[in-house]
Amino acid sequence: MNSRMLELMVGLFVAAGFAALFMMAMTVSNLTSYGTGDGYDIMARFDNIGGLKVRSPVAASGVRIGRVTAIEYDQERYEALVTMSIEPKYNKFSIDSSAAVLTSGLLGEQYVGLETGAEEDYLKNGGVIELTQSALVLEQIVGQFLYSKADEKTE
Amino acid sequence: MLLGSIEKLGRVTLSSVQRLGRGNIFLLQVLAGLSGMLRRPSLLIKQLYSVGVQTLIIIIVAGLFVGMVMGLQSYYALVDFGAEDSVSVMVVLSLLRELSPVVTALLFAGRAGSALTAEIGLMKATEQLSGMEMMAVNPVERVVAPRFLAGFISMPLLTAIFSAVGVMGAYLVAVELLGLDSGAFWSQAQAKVDLYDDLGNGMIKSLVFGFVVAWIAVFEGYDCIPTSEGLGQATTRTVVYSSLAILGLDFILTALMFGK
Repeated sequence: MNSRMLELMVGLFVAAGFAALFMMAMTVSNLTSYGTGDGYDIMARFDNIGGLKVRSPVAASGVRIGRVTAIEYDQERYEALVTMSIEPKYNKFSIDSSAAVLTSGLLGEQYVGLETGAEEDYLKNGGVIELTQSALVLEQIVGQFLYSKADEKTE
Repeated sequence: MLLGSIEKLGRVTLSSVQRLGRGNIFLLQVLAGLSGMLRRPSLLIKQLYSVGVQTLIIIIVAGLFVGMVMGLQSYYALVDFGAEDSVSVMVVLSLLRELSPVVTALLFAGRAGSALTAEIGLMKATEQLSGMEMMAVNPVERVVAPRFLAGFISMPLLTAIFSAVGVMGAYLVAVELLGLDSGAFWSQAQAKVDLYDDLGNGMIKSLVFGFVVAWIAVFEGYDCIPTSEGLGQATTRTVVYSSLAILGLDFILTALMFGK
């Protein structure tokens, strides 16, 4: 095996390794949803965020428009404060937009759904959403159901 | 009799610790010899060929079959829940996170690691290494360091090729054989596989495994008893210790990387 053939095969081997890595990154990873470095931040307060996590998606009409960047507990108002980063091209949410914690699919992960309101002014960086709907907590629903059944019985 | 066994235990412990120390000192010598070796890249190329390129065929065949088997088994497991569209997610995640680094490292240790140990051990047994020292040529720099670096460089490349071929195999089985939708295959995987957390962590694992397997292989060769029986023992030790180290490190790395 002369040295030229050797070098050629080693070069092909290294190129094949990098090509495999590149192909994996392109076709089976979520590379395309990265790269939205900048975006404007808006905040929302919820009574209960359920299973929402940092980096959970933020969607409007089911289309992902941003991500949750921080979740904190506000001790002054005893509510959860969620900070979201929205892609800069989606900047037409009115200041009375509403946010709800929804579940994708039956047992899927939870996300924040945004719905625009009727005002003319739009949300900007640092804006706060006032109308929020908390996540459904299974125990509360079961409790409500049992109490309503008990009320029905006594009537 | 009892005293004899306790003495033996003490001897074995002491010799193991001494061996461990020799191994670490040897590692430092090899790392120091890397700088001198970079002046002669032809040595590295030759070793990359014998360690990397010649392991390629077994990695490709193994990757293909592992991917195909994973595709089949995932389908059988998921079809009962109506979740057969998630076959790609299951296969890609298990390949990228665990199977590719570990299986590639095990195959590499068996094929290339034992070859490295045998080469260096034979050079030691036929006194070529001492001959080099007499000629004022540093044998660690000339013989050992290229092999170590070749092993370290080849491992992540082979892991990437294993993953890619495995995913291709799973695609073949899922879409061509079992009739799943090809668009759903790729889009499900893209939604659930993270670039840094899954692909990146798998590659970090393969770098760690490459370092450890290459180190064990060259050390066992350099430190072997220079007889034919000693060489056989050294080759066996390379494969056994490398496999144990790979599996142990895999657990530690997984706990570090994927725990919350």
